[in-house]
Amino acid sequence: MSDRMLTMAEAVREAMSIAFDERPEVFLLGEDVGIYGGAFGVSGDMYHRYGSERVLDTPIAELGIVGAAVGAALSGMRPIVEIQFSDFTAQAMDQIANQAAKIHFMLGGALHVPMVLRTPQGSGTGAAAQHSQNLEPWFASVPGLKVVVPSNPADAKGLLLAAIDDPNPVIFLEHKLLYKIPGRDPVPEGSERIPLGVAKVVREGKDLTIVATGIMVNKSYEVCEKLAAEGISVTLIDPRTISPLDMQPVYESVEKTGRLMVVQEGPAHAGFINEVIAQMAGSSSFGSLIAPIKRLAGMNIPIPYAPQLEKAAVPQIEDIEAAAREIVKNWR
Amino acid sequence: MSANPLLMGHPLSSTEHARHALLYMCRIRKFEEAVEDLFGRGMMHGTMHLSIGQEASPTGMCMALTIQDQITSTHRGHGHCIAKGADLTRMIAELLGKEIGYCGGRGGSMHIADVETGNLGANGVVGGGIPIAAGAALASKMMKKGTVAVSFFGDGAMNEGAFHEAANLAAIWKLPMILFCENNKYGMSSSTEKAFAIDNLADRGKGYGIPGVNVNGNDVVEVYEAAQIAVDRAKKGEGPTLIIAETYRWKGHSRSDKNLYRTKEEIEEWRLLDPIPKFIARAIKQKKLTQEQCDGIQQEATDAIVAAVNEAVKAKAADPAGLLDAVFKKVSA
Repeated sequence: MSDRMLTMAEAVREAMSIAFDERPEVFLLGEDVGIYGGAFGVSGDMYHRYGSERVLDTPIAELGIVGAAVGAALSGMRPIVEIQFSDFTAQAMDQIANQAAKIHFMLGGALHVPMVLRTPQGSGTGAAAQHSQNLEPWFASVPGLKVVVPSNPADAKGLLLAAIDDPNPVIFLEHKLLYKIPGRDPVPEGSERIPLGVAKVVREGKDLTIVATGIMVNKSYEVCEKLAAEGISVTLIDPRTISPLDMQPVYESVEKTGRLMVVQEGPAHAGFINEVIAQMAGSSSFGSLIAPIKRLAGMNIPIPYAPQLEKAAVPQIEDIEAAAREIVKNWR
Repeated sequence: MSANPLLMGHPLSSTEHARHALLYMCRIRKFEEAVEDLFGRGMMHGTMHLSIGQEASPTGMCMALTIQDQITSTHRGHGHCIAKGADLTRMIAELLGKEIGYCGGRGGSMHIADVETGNLGANGVVGGGIPIAAGAALASKMMKKGTVAVSFFGDGAMNEGAFHEAANLAAIWKLPMILFCENNKYGMSSSTEKAFAIDNLADRGKGYGIPGVNVNGNDVVEVYEAAQIAVDRAKKGEGPTLIIAETYRWKGHSRSDKNLYRTKEEIEEWRLLDPIPKFIARAIKQKKLTQEQCDGIQQEATDAIVAAVNEAVKAKAADPAGLLDAVFKKVSA
């Protein structure tokens, strides 16, 4: 058993390097992924290890970059495309939503797009409204895209390897605050994949079920630990992939706990996490609930700049803690 | 009837080549006429974008391509598919929503792709195929395939960001790509005069550091000659070429078009520049074909389309049962 504690940036780089070593058709393209090492340092030294032909610096042209990745994927390559901030995927959305996502279905299955689009998302860096969004629902609402939201380095490694293997386009949303911090668990050596579409039960409890995505898994985990010391035990579920979505562990947990809270960073209105609520509402496990479902999400505002404003815009540990305490105390 | 293997070479280099050029232009013409007829009779759903009048452009371009060379196409894409060698029955079947259609009825007129002939697909988004062709050319370069990727698009696409970004990528990476603009003078109702501040669209090539050439898009010989130069340049690793083929669509943009933005006289002038009789006259003059052979080739094209329609009409309708399973390609174990 390995005890390597890596950051998410290191884990993602390791997964890409393994894929590069395994398959000559894998390559990385994006803005400043080469000698600069990526805006967040994710590609790091890969340019020096694999050369400029496989770690391909591009002009600032997101639509062209993603389109080139789609065309290369259709023609025998397996591109990993890095978009510097997820906000900039708006520039490339035709190639993502109209081309990559639809080609296999619309063209009768004759062609497919084995492409991974990796992009950092989320708030907390003071980069304001155009560099801080959480765009999970944009991608999750387009049939034909698989969407991965890793919450820790070990998962990021295994999920990214599976995403690169996948014959379909995969959007891989990395929270930028997780890049530089080690995860709670060591990152295994080797090339083991974590299949897409399988949720992870992070910890088990009997009083409350929390479903959280991305960085909210980490924040919720801290809350779980704190509440455990007070005798409140919580099941924490990380869907890991939001398309496809694995609801089975959520149903099973809610049947035991009777209480459900969902947490996401993105705005509440039409957010991804609402899908979890909708599927729960339509399931036979709904009858097990003894409390209304609690939704904790970002405010319906663009992410503001000043630190106190930015913090106020998305759920913080204290918010999760208060909400968890309230639902357990008020509904018995 | 399935398509012949593509014949490469100058349309007037032999009787066989002249026959090929004429046959494919006639196939496109007759195909489009059949589509209009099927639509008029209520047998076809959705909409249609006909390329009648533009047949020489895809035919001339594709006579410079191998079957492995790749293309991306447009909403007005029937001609590109046919010129690259697509099967007529499967094309008609797609328009009629049949199981044997190229897309199993899921794509329709604007989404026909044919892997076997290097056709990466028509595209419903103006300019959508241009970056994809750049990517195909990138893959060709990385994998040392020795193939080129041609993106067909219209004048309207040249004002899309996708054109700009793809042209620049292809230029800086010296990709084996051809940017082939069919300048049919209108993006739906917007004339090139209204949509461009330059007179010659080929001037845009300069902005990317690549050759920009004008050809008479209604002359299959002229198109082929420019295409061959561009293909040679691409295959030598010298990078992309922008070809502007001047042509004209006789029919409206789509079924909703009332032709309010152009005059009957203008349409009539262009109808006189029909690429098919123009080529017939030249082939006969240069003794590559006789009038009798030309008549026979035109009849052959008509017969092929009639046979394709008859077979497609009888085919099984696409079944909704498989839709959910068709979204993703299965992950192999």
